[in-house]
Amino acid sequence: MNIIDVKELSRNYGKLVAVDKVSFQVAEGEVFGFLGPNGAGKTTTISMLCTLLKPTSGEAVLCGHDVIKQRNQVRRCIGLVFQDPTLDEYLTAEQNLRFHAYAYHLSKELREKRINEVLTLVDLSDRRKSKVRTFSGGMKRRLEIARGLLHNPKVLFLDEPTLGLDPQTRRNIWDFILQLRKQQNLTIFLTTHYMDEAENCDRISVIDRGQIIALDTPEKLKDSLGGDVVTLTAEDNQAALKELKEKFALSPEIRDGHITFSIPQGEMFLPKLTQNFQSRLISIGIHRPTLDDVFLKLTGRAIRDTEAGEKDQLRRMSQRWRGRR
Amino acid sequence: MADIIRGTWVVAYRELLRFFTERTRMFSSLVMPLIFLAIFGAGFQNLIPNLAPGINFLKFVYPGIIAMTVLQSSIFSGISIVWDREFGFLKEILVAPLGRSGIVLGKVMGAAAIALMQAIIMLILAPFLGVSLTPAIVAALIGSVIVIAMSLSGLGVLIASRMRSQQGFQVIIQVVIFPLMFLSGVFFPVNNVPVWMSVISKINPVTYGVDAVRHIVLGKELSAISGILGQSTNSPLGVTVFGHTMAPGQDIGVVAVIGVILLAVAIWSFSRQD
Repeated sequence: MNIIDVKELSRNYGKLVAVDKVSFQVAEGEVFGFLGPNGAGKTTTISMLCTLLKPTSGEAVLCGHDVIKQRNQVRRCIGLVFQDPTLDEYLTAEQNLRFHAYAYHLSKELREKRINEVLTLVDLSDRRKSKVRTFSGGMKRRLEIARGLLHNPKVLFLDEPTLGLDPQTRRNIWDFILQLRKQQNLTIFLTTHYMDEAENCDRISVIDRGQIIALDTPEKLKDSLGGDVVTLTAEDNQAALKELKEKFALSPEIRDGHITFSIPQGEMFLPKLTQNFQSRLISIGIHRPTLDDVFLKLTGRAIRDTEAGEKDQLRRMSQRWRGRR
Repeated sequence: MADIIRGTWVVAYRELLRFFTERTRMFSSLVMPLIFLAIFGAGFQNLIPNLAPGINFLKFVYPGIIAMTVLQSSIFSGISIVWDREFGFLKEILVAPLGRSGIVLGKVMGAAAIALMQAIIMLILAPFLGVSLTPAIVAALIGSVIVIAMSLSGLGVLIASRMRSQQGFQVIIQVVIFPLMFLSGVFFPVNNVPVWMSVISKINPVTYGVDAVRHIVLGKELSAISGILGQSTNSPLGVTVFGHTMAPGQDIGVVAVIGVILLAVAIWSFSRQD
């Protein structure tokens, strides 16, 4: 059964088409990754799925409820963790959770039981009476995840769940997400900028300029590049490029002063290449394709390059400012 | 409907929780009016002769300051939606299964409760200023303060629903709150000022709130003046519109009507954004 069913969903801002007839399905219990450069339409799509934004056209059904006509039913069956903090920092962890329990209409017995459960789950039980203001970034994110799970949602949306966190905390949060998925039959819909994290997804969709340009498992996406990725630098890149095209019938590209191309069984190919190559080579590298390569190939941009948009800079500044208080 | 009711009480609950947790905000909102009263009282008391027999400047300004406290705390509570938006908590409220109008009503109820507490605390000063209070006065005051606070926090929510950041906040204070406050008859009777000022004051809804509170608190003394001067229709300290001197019940009626309109527009404006 598909827990998320999106058909030709579109959203325009004036003349700008932010999301253009997007269709996809997510099965129950799946970890679904939603990747794309900034401004590709990720946030707009998520906002429509979680009823914060009205679609211009098309339809989306979550847990059997229409996101336009049955907004409160949809809201009840989803949990959300946004990339920007949405906690009330002047209240304690417990007060934040209790507010959530009231807002989602949990019964009295269930309320305290669930609050205890989720606090234990994210390992914050001993800090339940502390003001959120005093928490570290990782603790806040864990509390947000706990809150997102409090009302037993069927789908958990994670919008950049590890953005701005240190590597160790990122690891912990991921262990936690994967553990969740094993324990409960929870569907997870997530966006991330970190390609190594995207590897953990069952399926990945790549969105660019408002359209889905790829949708498959991480393995199949990597295989679609056609073998290993070779990166080389020559003294004269143009000449080398020409030679690669003519002699080996490859379709190499120049990016940042390097030549890259994909080839099956790259280890076997390299000796052949070096033996009778005319241009002088400076360096050669070879690696199994990563999702970074897939992303680069599909969108023409490395995902990291797209990261420092204006909004992200502002966000980082505000995070720094908040950290100082 | 259940979602709207739950929205109302959940948001109001959090509003009060915030108020009691933030000691500094609680402290400053209680001390501010006292400072105003002390400074204006001490500064003008000897400069300005009695405004009417038995009513010195301090006594005149005291109900005005009560109304001003209500004005400030309710508009600020309404505008606090901007903070919630900036610091993210608004999203938590918006994605919860709560009716949009409930969220607005919750803000407004929370604001009214906070304003009411502040107004009641101000009443402690009454004996020191020679103002005598009766249970009837206090009851009438509570009712009026709730109506005034709900109307003005509706204005706050309306402003906030169109504001995307705190940037414009200073401007709002200078352009909206200061004129509303100073042209409302808190510090001087609006019947004895230049025409332009009198006209603006009489358009300002806060004027009627101030007038109602003043009539309620100084009730006996104000009616005594009218008796002495033989001016039953044109009190020097009241508000006269088109030759008609407003009675406190009429004042509250005006505030309530404007409040209902403001609230309706605020709910519409707030719900529209998705």
